[in-house]
Amino acid sequence: MRIAPAGDAALLVELPGGMDPAASARAVALHDRIRERWPSLRDVVIAYSSLALYFDPLAVDAQALADDVRRLDDGLTAPAVTPSRVIDVPVSYGGDDGPDLAAVAARAALTEAEVVVLHAGAPYRVYMLGFVAGFAYMAPIDPRIDLPRRDTPRERVPAGSVAIAAGQTGIYPSEAPGGWHVIGRTALRPFDPSRGEPFLFRVGDEVRFHPVAVGAHGAA
Amino acid sequence: MARLEVVRGGALTTVQDLGRWGWQGSGVPVAGPMDAYSHRLANRRAGNADEAAALEVTITGPVLRARGAVVCAVAGADFVLAVDGRGVDVSRAFAVGDSAILRFGARRAGARATLAVRGGLDVPEAFGSRATSVTARLGPFGGRGLREGDELEVGTAVETAAGAGRPLTLPAGGARLRVIVGPDQHRFSAAAVRTLCEARFVVSAAADRMGYRLDGAALPAPASDGMLSSPTPMGTLQVTPAGLPIILMAERPTTGGYPRIATVISADLPLAGQLAPGDWIRFEACTPAAARAALAAQEAALRGEAC
Repeated sequence: MRIAPAGDAALLVELPGGMDPAASARAVALHDRIRERWPSLRDVVIAYSSLALYFDPLAVDAQALADDVRRLDDGLTAPAVTPSRVIDVPVSYGGDDGPDLAAVAARAALTEAEVVVLHAGAPYRVYMLGFVAGFAYMAPIDPRIDLPRRDTPRERVPAGSVAIAAGQTGIYPSEAPGGWHVIGRTALRPFDPSRGEPFLFRVGDEVRFHPVAVGAHGAA
Repeated sequence: MARLEVVRGGALTTVQDLGRWGWQGSGVPVAGPMDAYSHRLANRRAGNADEAAALEVTITGPVLRARGAVVCAVAGADFVLAVDGRGVDVSRAFAVGDSAILRFGARRAGARATLAVRGGLDVPEAFGSRATSVTARLGPFGGRGLREGDELEVGTAVETAAGAGRPLTLPAGGARLRVIVGPDQHRFSAAAVRTLCEARFVVSAAADRMGYRLDGAALPAPASDGMLSSPTPMGTLQVTPAGLPIILMAERPTTGGYPRIATVISADLPLAGQLAPGDWIRFEACTPAAARAALAAQEAALRGEAC
């Protein structure tokens, strides 16, 4: 474990493992313990196997916090990696809904249908939320369709776009600029502030995509 | 109930409180003021709690009309201010009578001012905060800057005994900002850290509430292999593969994928928030202990205590 100051008002805690379900489960368990023990923290944020702890530097002793985080981590028994929930996402792949599907297929030397089978054929874990409200980083992508980000990001990616890049897949909750390859669209809204539960995804969820007819994503 | 009518919105005038804390884990940016010190000082001068909702005025200020008498206070950037054409002493609270026009004129120093109204601005909360997040389209007015015709309700006065201390010393063409090196220092060469602390940078035209891209010396490119997206506090200096540093500010995304060479200390963030495109920046490495001492001194100055 590495604990480093991110300025004087935040500590970054990095667990070994990176993009790995066991490391992610440990980050979630540690997050819960820290929240319970340190209610005065301004925020505790999970990102893959790292955590950021935000605090008021005049109220919290960063060294004492770091020492306690090490103790809490030592006391953790290997947490279960069983997903907390399974969420099913219907996707209309290709066409106007997935303008990059053809290019992804071409670069992978596969047909569009084969890309869809690979994307929809495996379960994903939600590792973190970030970038914009409700955007869930899910992984891993099948190595046969894994591509780096687009050279030139799009200025506008529509809400509901399902995209892949750099070993990950995600759904744009709102229209935003984006550098991932858009292969489909869903009618689900990962973020809706008017909904009782505004965020569709939580770290630890399992997500499964399944193809529906083109254009079946409904009115956005 | 008294209210303010927007006659002219200015370049970017937004409602802010001290930020939307506690939701970064769901990707919701904190937002809040670019210069939290001046936000709190303006509220203290107006007789409000530090976190009351107030207006953040950017570069070119608004013109507002009072409906019902209100008491206002301003802190931060130095604007020429007039009520019905008469100049105002901005070092303390001032009255704006019913139907009077409050006009922000020429800006003499700094980039952003806070206009607080006694009683606070009574706008609806989103996720426990009244802060406007332009990028997340969250907060009052659908998360946008004020426009002609908008109306702001003024809340019920809550008097606090908090003292109102000294104003922030505004940047004169630029600022020295103290940083704590890291958290990704292992991804940078010693030469990169040296360049960061020796070179002179300039805030580019690509500067907004989300962050400032800096012109000047390019840093030796960081090693970004295996770098996963990771949290980004306000003041984070991230470095692109081309070696260009970006300071992340109030509306930064909650996480970022570029290596982070250093973070501006809390006590210098208000000063960073007062920079405008064209201003210079020099960075200076500092220890966590020195950062805490600087913040304690700044808190004493806000309360009006001698230091």
